[in-house]
Amino acid sequence: MATAPGLSPALIVRTVIAWLVTLVIFFPLGWLVLTAFKTELQAISVPPQLFFTPTLDNFVEVERRSDYLLYAKNSLITSVVSTLLGLAIALPAAYSMAFFRNRWTRDLLMWMLSTKMMPAVGALVPIYVLAQTAGLLDTRTALIIVFTLSNLPIMVWMLYSHMRDIPHEILEAARMDGATLWQEFRRVLLPLAMGGLFSTGLLCLVLAWNEAFWALNLTAAKAGTLAALIASYSSPEGLFWAKLSCASLMAIAPIVVFGWFSQRQLVQGLTFGAVK
Amino acid sequence: MNRFLPRALLAPAVVTLFLWMIVPLLMTIYFSVIRYNLMQPGEVGFIGLENYQYFLTDPSFGTAIVNTLMLLASVIAITVIGGVALALLIDEPFPGRALVRVLLISPFFVMPTVNALLWKHMMMNPIYGVFAQVSRFLGVQPVDWMTDLPLFSVILMVAWQWLPFATLIFVTALQSMNREQLEAARMDGATYLQQLRYLYVPHLGRSIAVVIMIEMIFLMSIFAEIYTTTGGGPGDASTNLAFLIFKQALLNFDAGVASAGALLAIVLANIVAIFLIRMIGKNLD
Repeated sequence: MATAPGLSPALIVRTVIAWLVTLVIFFPLGWLVLTAFKTELQAISVPPQLFFTPTLDNFVEVERRSDYLLYAKNSLITSVVSTLLGLAIALPAAYSMAFFRNRWTRDLLMWMLSTKMMPAVGALVPIYVLAQTAGLLDTRTALIIVFTLSNLPIMVWMLYSHMRDIPHEILEAARMDGATLWQEFRRVLLPLAMGGLFSTGLLCLVLAWNEAFWALNLTAAKAGTLAALIASYSSPEGLFWAKLSCASLMAIAPIVVFGWFSQRQLVQGLTFGAVK
Repeated sequence: MNRFLPRALLAPAVVTLFLWMIVPLLMTIYFSVIRYNLMQPGEVGFIGLENYQYFLTDPSFGTAIVNTLMLLASVIAITVIGGVALALLIDEPFPGRALVRVLLISPFFVMPTVNALLWKHMMMNPIYGVFAQVSRFLGVQPVDWMTDLPLFSVILMVAWQWLPFATLIFVTALQSMNREQLEAARMDGATYLQQLRYLYVPHLGRSIAVVIMIEMIFLMSIFAEIYTTTGGGPGDASTNLAFLIFKQALLNFDAGVASAGALLAIVLANIVAIFLIRMIGKNLD
């Protein structure tokens, strides 16, 4: 029981089980990290090697072979710009819906969410043709537009559910005191909505960074993101597990570490405020 | 406050989303009734419902629908049941709980292409993969996952990614449990099963609905995991609707048939959406 101090048998059992399950779930990732520091021979040795002299050769090789930095730059630019752009469009909309509710608000929200339920593949041919016509195939611009639009419903929803919890009286009080609309927004609303803005931005950053469908279908060598780069390692040209692991590690490390630090806000945000 | 401002603030989001929805939809409808092969740009003409007929009578279509639903149902079942169990396990404090939380959430941040390749090669390779090595160590014949259990392999990968998400949502929800009520039930001699049935599960109802909703949105269109591992095969064994449409469009270059398939997928998605909106309409107000 939680209140009982010290190590009761029940607590020991629970601790052991919890750690075992966690290690099993985390194992594939841990294995990926280990393999990234092995030589190709060590990576496929039978039985597998747990202890070995780590090497950094893979990192050099991956950068030399596939221009990791270019893909990383594409990932960074597309995810950051699409997130900022999305926030800029979603924030006013969420504000409007949270503080000027009318009988259409609910239907509007449901409609927005329903656009997210359209499978992306349903729009593949038209978007591909449009991008081709506009000369935007394999450009970051195309990815930014698509990421922004496909994350927009989620952003509006999340921001709306955060803002709904802000008491109207605070804004009215500011208005009474003669604050202009801009001051009201800047000095009162923004500080209160900061948490929501933050967690929404985080989530969309993660979603855009990891997005693979559009990245695979709309880009090639110029504007490809890390998600697309990794897919190119799936070609059956021998077993380059150490290099694959190394490239994978470099692709996921920034966002996983980022996620560790922000997991609480992220999870809370993703529940659309329905779970407190 | 006039009535103009709220609408002006709402307009950019509504207009862009409306365009994002309606332009591809109209184009898809148009493409679906013409002959449109990306490799033969000259031959364009109205052919009525031929594309639909082709897509619907393609034996892959039925398989793809079944696989899509199997994937959806299995992953949701695994993550919800597993997530509740895990959440209950780590709900109360124990040594290293903070670290366990961090390690558990990690798979959620892994991009689908890395997830897929990691499992396909390092875990599931029939010779050098960890599973095969463990099997041989135990004296069991290793499984050739991608060939013999392709759909199950994809389910496993996707569930691995979403289980942490479900777990953390449930852990968050459990924090608002009424501890006194729990204590009282224990004092009165309620068994663990009774506590589960009458206290924990009812309390989690809302968050279970949220998890199912969010997972449905993302699982309907699972693509990268299939693209990078099985390529939909062997045969159509692991082809879902999203992948089938992709194959028609970018591998067979038949935009007409792909568009017909896309419209069918949209109809299917809307059926699911209506069901979902009813469910969360109750839960999110």
